[in-house]
Amino acid sequence: MTPRLLAVLTALFLGVFLGPAAAAVASGHPAGMHGGPTLSSVAQDSEESLQGTLRGPDREAVSGVTVTVTQDGAEVGSTTTGDDGRWTVPVPGPGAYTVTLDTSGLPEGVAPRTVGGDVLDEVVVRPGASQGVIFQLGEGEPDDGTGGGGSFDWGRAAQLLVEGIKFGAIIAITAVGLSLVFGTTKLINFAHGEFVTIGAVAAFFLSTSPGNLPLVLAAVLAMVVAAVVSGGFEVAMWRPLRNRGTGLIQMFIVAIGLALLLRHVVLIVFGSRRRQYDEYTLQQAWDLGLFRITPRDLTITLLSFAIMLAVALMLQRTQIGKAMRAVNDNSDLARASGIDVERVILVVWILGGALAGLGGVFFGLTQAVYPEMGFALLLLMFAAVILGGLGSAYGAMIGALVIGVVSQMSTLWFPASLQYMWALLAMIIVLLVRPQGILGRRERVG
Amino acid sequence: MDFLAILTNALRGALGPEAAIYALAAVGLNVHFGYTGLLNFGQVGFMLVGAYGTAISVLSFELPLGVGVLVGIACAVVLALILGIPTLRLRGDYLAIATIAAAEVLRYLYRSEWAEPLTGGVFGLKQFADGFFELNPFTGALDLGPFDFSARALWLMVVAWSAALLAAGFVGLLVHSPWGRVLRSVREDELAARSLGKNVFAYKMQSLVLGGVFGAIAGSLLAVNSQSLNPDSFMPIITFYLWTIMILGGASRVMGPILGSVVFWFLLTFLDSFLRQAIGAGLIPSSVLAPSDIGAVRFAAVGLGLMLLMIFRPAGLIGNQKELRLDVR
Repeated sequence: MTPRLLAVLTALFLGVFLGPAAAAVASGHPAGMHGGPTLSSVAQDSEESLQGTLRGPDREAVSGVTVTVTQDGAEVGSTTTGDDGRWTVPVPGPGAYTVTLDTSGLPEGVAPRTVGGDVLDEVVVRPGASQGVIFQLGEGEPDDGTGGGGSFDWGRAAQLLVEGIKFGAIIAITAVGLSLVFGTTKLINFAHGEFVTIGAVAAFFLSTSPGNLPLVLAAVLAMVVAAVVSGGFEVAMWRPLRNRGTGLIQMFIVAIGLALLLRHVVLIVFGSRRRQYDEYTLQQAWDLGLFRITPRDLTITLLSFAIMLAVALMLQRTQIGKAMRAVNDNSDLARASGIDVERVILVVWILGGALAGLGGVFFGLTQAVYPEMGFALLLLMFAAVILGGLGSAYGAMIGALVIGVVSQMSTLWFPASLQYMWALLAMIIVLLVRPQGILGRRERVG
Repeated sequence: MDFLAILTNALRGALGPEAAIYALAAVGLNVHFGYTGLLNFGQVGFMLVGAYGTAISVLSFELPLGVGVLVGIACAVVLALILGIPTLRLRGDYLAIATIAAAEVLRYLYRSEWAEPLTGGVFGLKQFADGFFELNPFTGALDLGPFDFSARALWLMVVAWSAALLAAGFVGLLVHSPWGRVLRSVREDELAARSLGKNVFAYKMQSLVLGGVFGAIAGSLLAVNSQSLNPDSFMPIITFYLWTIMILGGASRVMGPILGSVVFWFLLTFLDSFLRQAIGAGLIPSSVLAPSDIGAVRFAAVGLGLMLLMIFRPAGLIGNQKELRLDVR
């Protein structure tokens, strides 16, 4: 059952991923629905580029701002800054360029620190170099052109809703494993975030220099790596500990130690820098009326939903899925009725590890790969799992979507630096009014 | 390799002000976990409100430093009440997640631009503890052969170690009182305590407040020690340090956290110093480990240490195995 399950997931993965992404690549990477005249004119294998990270006065990344590169008045290329404020524009060759920041896209109250600071002249790119460009932003007068007074910005709300759903879907596929592991073993696996990091980092190493595998293949292999690590710890550590009768609190603290260990081993191997995958980084967004989305993000979102559906089908229809739910409900009873509980738990760890690894690749694609990413996601996963109900896989999915949407939509009204705070506060409020979560079973939680 | 230098470095780490401050915070954690069985993974949050309560009172409201520490303590009491009401009725694992989340919420809040007028946001606060160093009775540095402590460090060490020992002594008196026996009965069997008519929730809350207050004092001392504050120095990792310290020494032992902190900082500085020397002397090629990786090795070592301790010796150095048969249900 397990190999078949993995095969189904892999097939699904390849099928859905290659769908829109392949279409996008076919129409000339980076692709756009409108042909992207500015970008397609850039030589594809040019080595030189201009890049930078746009940060506001609070050092927080500023996303969604258009950066345009021109040379002698002719436009060379343009892009918008990503969620982490990063942007890259490939240029045809070495030389001097002019880089312009579209100030109308800046958040309210943020403006270039000096007058004319939005245009940087004579930025020299040396042969083969990726020249960094820094726009110094400070606190400026609010842009009175947009009139941010009473009117509600529906366009931005729709955009953020889509971003939130995308983010929530990524949290969901990582949180499913956390919830299933809790359901079957009652262990709160604090090291689950590290499986996310390991997946993302494994895909990074596989897809860059020595291996140079295509990212799609690297992602599949990264799932395997994360699954092996996750399953390996179950066999080598958690199972012997359970058999020894180790208390749950003790195991919880062991998981924290494991998380620290894995995270910092990754830090030593990978370095503390935020890095990007070398594929699918630069795409022009499709304009779908109310909102814009890049083919990459659309693929990631659809794929995440497909995986959630597949997990749900597995839990409902397959024998191993039913066994998982049985162990989740009552492991003694499950054992008494002939279910091999240890095997079910191992499958849960492997499945959870693989999904976490894939979620890591997705998170790395939409934001960046860095050693702390797992921990950043872990707290959101906890929030999702508690919101939805500890131990319920469906609850984790719903909770994750709520968390994703809450954290993104909050930036409509509140500073972006606080977006994770609202997600965590939502969890604490749920604990106050409905501790068992949205879909949790009513049981003693106190 | 200069082993004498490594050893003196390690000893200085074990006795220095940081070890004392962590010992004090771990005494608070010991009240939570060791005696009441509360899984508080947000002790760093109490340290944060304590530190900022002190610094903001001095800088923004121009209160004396002593009053500032009291404000910090008051902040910790408020935090404990806000945190305890939704979570203390829940099972232990929920409390763990809620507290770590709350500590992160506080960190996000204190570094946000909203709070910047008071907290200085990501830039933090500086120079608020001059009042403390003006009281310094030591005039010269202490020089004992390979050891030397500056007058500033000496003054801090005296204050911080006295605070830690006083706190431990106070906890020792409390837990051997009838109040402490109820606390331990809550840890052992909440239902039994409840059926004897004890208000379990109230006892847990009192424990959360008391331990939080120790955390807040430790936070104030940490701020005074460096004369600067930044929200990002209050990361969750500090809480994990404190847990390692408490478990290493022995949870639910009065002197456990103190002993734990001394040994913990000795080992940590020893490892640091040893690696630096080994890399410097070329014993470890820099392709394997660069000097900039030492910090990461240190964290990884703490993680590994915590795992091994919990698996093989959950009672720590002087703990009692029987006292810690905890479970969440």
